[in-house]
Amino acid sequence: MAVAAEVVAEAQLVEHRRGFRRRWYRTPSFVAGVSILGMIVLAAAAAPLITQHNPTDQDLLHTLAGPSSSHWLGTDDLGRDVWSRLVYGARTDLRVAFLAVLFPFAIGTLLGLLSGYYGRWIDVLTNWLVNVVVAFPFYVLIIALVFALGPGTRSIYIAITLVGWVSYARIIRGEVLVAKRRDYVLAAKAGGLSDARILFRHLLPNVVTQAIVFAMSDIVLDILAIVTLGYLGLGVQPPTPDWGRMIADGQTFLTTHWELSTIPGVAIVITALGLSLLADGLADLLRPE
Amino acid sequence: MSLGAYVGRRLLHLVPIALGVTILCFFLIHLVPGDPARTILGNQATDQRVALLRHQWGLDRPLPVQYGKFMGRVVHGDLGTSLFYGVSAGRLVLQRLPVTLWLIGFGALLSVLIAVPLAVIAATHRDRLPDHVVRAVPLVGLGFPPFWVGIVLLLVFGLHLGRGFPVGGYGNGFTGHLHSMFLPALTVAFGISPILVRSLRASLLEVLESDYVVTARSKGLPERRVLGRHALRNAVISTVSVLGVNIGYLVGGTLVIEQVYALPGVGQLMINSINQRDFPIVQGVTLVFSVMVVLVYLLTDVAHALLDPRVRFE
Repeated sequence: MAVAAEVVAEAQLVEHRRGFRRRWYRTPSFVAGVSILGMIVLAAAAAPLITQHNPTDQDLLHTLAGPSSSHWLGTDDLGRDVWSRLVYGARTDLRVAFLAVLFPFAIGTLLGLLSGYYGRWIDVLTNWLVNVVVAFPFYVLIIALVFALGPGTRSIYIAITLVGWVSYARIIRGEVLVAKRRDYVLAAKAGGLSDARILFRHLLPNVVTQAIVFAMSDIVLDILAIVTLGYLGLGVQPPTPDWGRMIADGQTFLTTHWELSTIPGVAIVITALGLSLLADGLADLLRPE
Repeated sequence: MSLGAYVGRRLLHLVPIALGVTILCFFLIHLVPGDPARTILGNQATDQRVALLRHQWGLDRPLPVQYGKFMGRVVHGDLGTSLFYGVSAGRLVLQRLPVTLWLIGFGALLSVLIAVPLAVIAATHRDRLPDHVVRAVPLVGLGFPPFWVGIVLLLVFGLHLGRGFPVGGYGNGFTGHLHSMFLPALTVAFGISPILVRSLRASLLEVLESDYVVTARSKGLPERRVLGRHALRNAVISTVSVLGVNIGYLVGGTLVIEQVYALPGVGQLMINSINQRDFPIVQGVTLVFSVMVVLVYLLTDVAHALLDPRVRFE
């Protein structure tokens, strides 16, 4: 019986994936999101090919220069090429944001699974932790944590993990509470399958989609947090180019060279839009028909 | 359940959360790599100075004792002494709190003024062009870094378009504050409105399909009255809740926005203290902000229970 339940669950999953393959190109937000993000990721990956200058090279004879054939977007106050810094900044910020979302995703999903499935003390404890973390304003806690841990990417990963896991735990716990009363789980239990097998082979594939959809919009939040930390001087440390730091550096020259602060901001907005569209499209696609 | 009993139960729920919040704030100091006292005072500090600070903060005592002392201070409203200013951290925070509260309140008000009309337009033109446009607001708006929006507003309204607004500072008197805080509050509102628009539109759509709205329409009431008196009133309840739930995001946003507009609020105090490695202030501000959020959660629940008595019986 357990085997039969497993076969049914698997068949549903395959059906789900087939639906995804059939429909993805008919979901405009998904296509738009993938295109925007794809271009940015491609530009970031091909950074050495599409830039002429090293993003950290200073040229003090040509500071605050306007756009030219050798500096497409001009130079900043230290004569660094703005285009190179923008492209390499995409590399930094996207990498940090994507990595930063993985840990909370994994930890939150695991805790949500366990607390939803077992209930009792583990659920009480997880809920308490969730409520405590949620009581802190997101930016305040992130900034305080990064301050205590010391500026830099390692601290960003730790801070975002400590704060970010709660959303995943909440989402997965809610899904598990519903799913564990479904026939396939009851059948698997009756068939004597181990808890570990039920949790990871049966429940996880069925509940994880919501967390994946949320992860996409969570990356937007993480990118904003990373550039905010960079802006405050707590994030990615110089000379590594980062969009937040570029905006902060440009702010001094706002009256004369407004483009220095606005260009990296536009890059952030476009990246975030790509991710939001992707999340939106993914949510549509993964929603059961 | 009476309202009093409901509030009492909510307060009881808060006890473990408040305890957890203080534990997390307490542990901030132990996240500092190496010897916290040495790291905070810097390499130039003498060994005696470091030992003194370690002793002052009780870092040489066992953890439970340290936490007990910390709690003993906190319940008496003592957030420690600022390393940089040498005065009570609590007093510094209190001095700057009005600016931050102004910013939060003004920002929340503007966000409602932006979100409600947009949501009404979207809900009354469901699946037509205005709805699609409004639905794009959260999609695009949530990707704007709040501090960058601040800089752009500063650039456009403070420096170019007639220079109508001050580029920094808090202003004097009520109208002065209103004038000076407009751009910062607008920045705060831009951050939170997308979330409000999305949920208000959804709840309006739900309300517009409900039986009592259908009844109101079939009675022959004009659409304006159906919307204003019947639909919006109920939809506002959920807006208050959404605003309450997102207060953490709102409060966190003010932190960075104060920095952009050079507003002498709690957020600026925190950022400055970070640069001065003034640990007691950073810890104090974190605690004060989270207490504020927890209180707002409570107030939201109470307001919700007042506006919608059904909540109390769940």
